Amino acid sequence: MSTEAQQSHQVPEPDEVTEPWWEATRRRVLLVQRCAACGHAQHPPRALCTACGSARDLDWSQASGDGVVDACTVVERAMPGFRPPYVVARVRLPEGVLLLSNVVTEHPHDVGVGDALRLDWRPLPDGRALPVFVPSER
Amino acid sequence: MSTSVAIVGAAESDLGVTGRSILGLQAQAIGRALDDAGLTLADVDGLATTGVSRFSATQVADYLGLRPAWTDSTFAGGSAFEMYVARAVQAIEAGQCSTVVISYGSNQRSARSRSLGGVVESHTPEAQFETPYGPLYPISYYAMAAQRYLHRYGGTRERLAEVAVAAREWALLNPAAFRHGAGPLSVADVLGAPVVSTPLTTADCCLVTDGGGAVVLTSLDRARDLRRPPVRVLGYGECTTNTSMTAVDDLTVTGAVESGRAAFARAGLTPADVDVAEVYDSFTITVVLTLEALGFCGRGEALDWIAGGRIRPGGDFPLDTSGGGLSYCHPGQYGVLLLVEAVRQLRGECGARQVPGAEIALAHGTGGILSTHATVLLGVDR
Repeated sequence: MSTEAQQSHQVPEPDEVTEPWWEATRRRVLLVQRCAACGHAQHPPRALCTACGSARDLDWSQASGDGVVDACTVVERAMPGFRPPYVVARVRLPEGVLLLSNVVTEHPHDVGVGDALRLDWRPLPDGRALPVFVPSER
Repeated sequence: MSTSVAIVGAAESDLGVTGRSILGLQAQAIGRALDDAGLTLADVDGLATTGVSRFSATQVADYLGLRPAWTDSTFAGGSAFEMYVARAVQAIEAGQCSTVVISYGSNQRSARSRSLGGVVESHTPEAQFETPYGPLYPISYYAMAAQRYLHRYGGTRERLAEVAVAAREWALLNPAAFRHGAGPLSVADVLGAPVVSTPLTTADCCLVTDGGGAVVLTSLDRARDLRRPPVRVLGYGECTTNTSMTAVDDLTVTGAVESGRAAFARAGLTPADVDVAEVYDSFTITVVLTLEALGFCGRGEALDWIAGGRIRPGGDFPLDTSGGGLSYCHPGQYGVLLLVEAVRQLRGECGARQVPGAEIALAHGTGGILSTHATVLLGVDR
């Protein structure tokens, strides 16, 4: 799967809660929402902390860019805007959250549970970018 | 324990490829279920349904000329109907209404209204954070659950296929099943079918058919004077867990743990008491995860437990005896047909697929992407 192959999909505009997260992608920075009151990390960003309920203490931290495959699947059937085969994965970040993403690789069937990943970016037409992952160099 | 409410009527609409409208199928299912009960529309003062429009219960009530004193259109995918049983019991016991119809109809196959990506609402977090990556909805989520499960417990694709193979064996005994005439399904057939989202093939995925059904509930006291032997609602429970594909930390443990625990506790029963189980089989993996969550076997044990014919006709754990969503009928939200089959098994009406002497049945609905889980325990009136 090339990054260019998957660009036609429209990504909705951010809302008031998710805007900082999306703005950071313009600088190719991956943010994780964190509660300063209790330390809980969560994704996607929300208007309150799902651990302690606080709506006042939510902050952002920058992700390291490391990730590990929690589970993945190779999509073999085409949807509009996507060219199979491609890898959809739940990626576990050391910051304590799971992201849904793609693992971009020429060998989709070689990706498995526990594989180490590195952050990469897929540009969007409006200057934002989607965080995707590539297999770590071994 | 137990409840004071019974199911007194149950019926399917036409199934398969019907060429009918959604409301036409609804009216057919409701009419047949009321006939089965020996009741009429004039008796109905409660209605629960989904999948028609934004105002589903209102729409069906209007279509039938009803002014119900109680309605429910909780949207919880295929598990909605098991939830409606709980709500209906509560409404009848509280005296808000006396006779409830739970119904469903879908023409998704005739209308070609199903899409691989599902229905994405642009204002949801999933539209921003998940849809851009192209997961098939709901298939890719179940695929990841299957991959994670097989990895964690060292299971094989071949052994997961048993769920689909057994479902076909049951369908061969059910003349109403979509695959009734299709002949047996082998493990090789399942693995050799086109891959949709690894490791799942089309044979791991439920059918896409038209279909519908309805059940009628009233008080047990009144049920004993009606045409059919009452099927008692013994217990119910539910759990709602996620809409996001990343909200649940462990893909192999579902909300059926909580829904099952609540249902068994309310009924004063244990998994060992269940004679026949109708467990939502949207995908082969759904059954594996649900059997473990409900406590029929331990975690990581389901593939061993179902091997050797246990869930096939003649086995000691009759499962999805209609042929299930995999081989009988899957009209998008299949849960109402789990109830219909459970009722028929408890009444002894199932002909070649009848489980001899079945007295306790379990119906378990699963909606969305392992999002909603609802368990109902039913029993003969002793």
